[in-house]
Amino acid sequence: MATKLADIEDIYAIPLDKFNVAQPELWEAGVIEPYFDRLRKEAPVHYCAESQYGPYWSITKYNDIMEVEMNHKVFSSESSLGGITIDDPDSRGEGNDMEYPMFIAMDPPKHDAQRKTISPMFAPSHLALLADNIRARAGEIFDELPIGEEFDFVDRVSIELTTQMLAILFDFPWEDRRKLTRWSDVATGTPESGIVESWDQRTEELFECAEYFKKLWDERINEEPRKDLISMMAHADATKDMPYMEFLGNLILLIVGGNDTTRNSITGGVLALHEHPEEFAKLVADPSLIPNLASEIIRWQTPLAHMRRTALEDVEVGGKLIKAGDKVVMWYLSGNRDEEVIEDPYEFKVDRKGARRHLAFGFGVHRCVGNRLAEMQLQIVWEEILKRFSRVEVVGKPELIYSTFVRGFKTLPVILHK
Amino acid sequence: MPSITFIEHDGTKHVVEIDAGTTARDAAIDNDIPGIDGDCGGNCACATCHVFVADEWIDATGKAEPESNEAELLQFADDYKDNSRLACQIPVTDDLDGLVLHTPMGQH
Ligand code: HEM
Repeated sequence: MATKLADIEDIYAIPLDKFNVAQPELWEAGVIEPYFDRLRKEAPVHYCAESQYGPYWSITKYNDIMEVEMNHKVFSSESSLGGITIDDPDSRGEGNDMEYPMFIAMDPPKHDAQRKTISPMFAPSHLALLADNIRARAGEIFDELPIGEEFDFVDRVSIELTTQMLAILFDFPWEDRRKLTRWSDVATGTPESGIVESWDQRTEELFECAEYFKKLWDERINEEPRKDLISMMAHADATKDMPYMEFLGNLILLIVGGNDTTRNSITGGVLALHEHPEEFAKLVADPSLIPNLASEIIRWQTPLAHMRRTALEDVEVGGKLIKAGDKVVMWYLSGNRDEEVIEDPYEFKVDRKGARRHLAFGFGVHRCVGNRLAEMQLQIVWEEILKRFSRVEVVGKPELIYSTFVRGFKTLPVILHK
Repeated sequence: MPSITFIEHDGTKHVVEIDAGTTARDAAIDNDIPGIDGDCGGNCACATCHVFVADEWIDATGKAEPESNEAELLQFADDYKDNSRLACQIPVTDDLDGLVLHTPMGQH
């Protein structure tokens, strides 16, 4: 995925007022990083007046991103203002432009109350209880994989593992679990991405998702509370009487939040360790590096490339005046390559010092509630891989996702070595 | 040099010395105290340096200011209690020599 020198020259030839990083083609082609290198150097807080998503600000430096994250009174996540991604609901056209309220796209205090209903799921003591189950399932997946034969790692491992993890969190009917994968893809998909054929189809499938979960919800609301995400929401004051769209919105949040992100980190780790054999050798020599590896993979991949906010009042960031109502995009991928905070950001190091200091999980009140689970899942993956295989060899070009939000892989062909 | 005692959730004690003028979070990170991560670098942005201040020290450290960033983030911490603080918001002074902080099983 290395960018050719000519491309770099082209990047620096673009007039800054026409500079637009929000082009999914660039992300699909895997060439976006040098664009951010230029912005961090020349215009770290940058206004793009015209894009397929309308005008928007880019925040590209680590410390500026943290400043925006911490100022939720000015930088709102509210879905009725546009929510947390660069595309606004009305870009989906009439009939499909409804909002899906979810707590990631709410400001305090409502956000706080809803987040608290589900956060005990991810408490350290509870994750410890889930670990054995997740490990056993991962082991089964790895035991069934062919040795010395090409297959798609995304489908057979990354998707399967994260889907199983989600099914465990929801206590979702096991045989139907690939529905979760589909709904997650549909929720972040667009007609251009090829995942759905039209916005109508997307809306339809998301309502199927709501109907399916409604049945589970209705069963569980009449049962004793238990520790699955549906039961937890059905029994908590802050969530039990949610309007239908908010019910669907929060489900989508929990499905997507845990799915694409972890999936693409698992795949990204395989690719990174393939491309850095000397780092893989270090890991084999010292598996106690695995927790550190998990953090480094998440920084390296940054599977959610951005979060968006809407300014509620005029405010200055990095010397630039952002106006009330403006769309502000925090590019986590860029923050995670910011040489001012992260030493040698373009080096992938399994033994990186301070590897936890990345911002792929965001900061502030919305900081990823599932971050410990994601780390645990990645650690288990690499522990189980090292037990079984001497090498995971990537044998073809990965296909990347057409999106400026989800940074990840459609496919990754690999061969396992005993 | 003030000293701080960190007590892990299983009772293991760590006594560390630290320069006045830094924070309890730095003391924990510099000495690899288990159960504290400090992911955001001490900027009160991540709540992964959650500690419980020992009863006899809570008057000296004070509690998290209501409405502060610290209080806002602490409400999401696992097992949040009245004596919960973010260690990055406890500046270490000579007056805090001997401070006792309990660390949770893990950060969240
Ligand atoms: C490597 C994996 C993951 C990454 C990189 C990631 C990233 C993020 C980011 C960037 C945010 C928003 C932070 C902000 O606005 O400041 C977030 C929020 C969230 N994530 Fe994750 N996530 C991951 C895994 C998970 C998992 C496994 C789950 C759950 C099963 C999850 C559930 C959520 C939820 C519910 C929120 C909303 C939190 C709130 O608004 O309070 N995430 N995540």
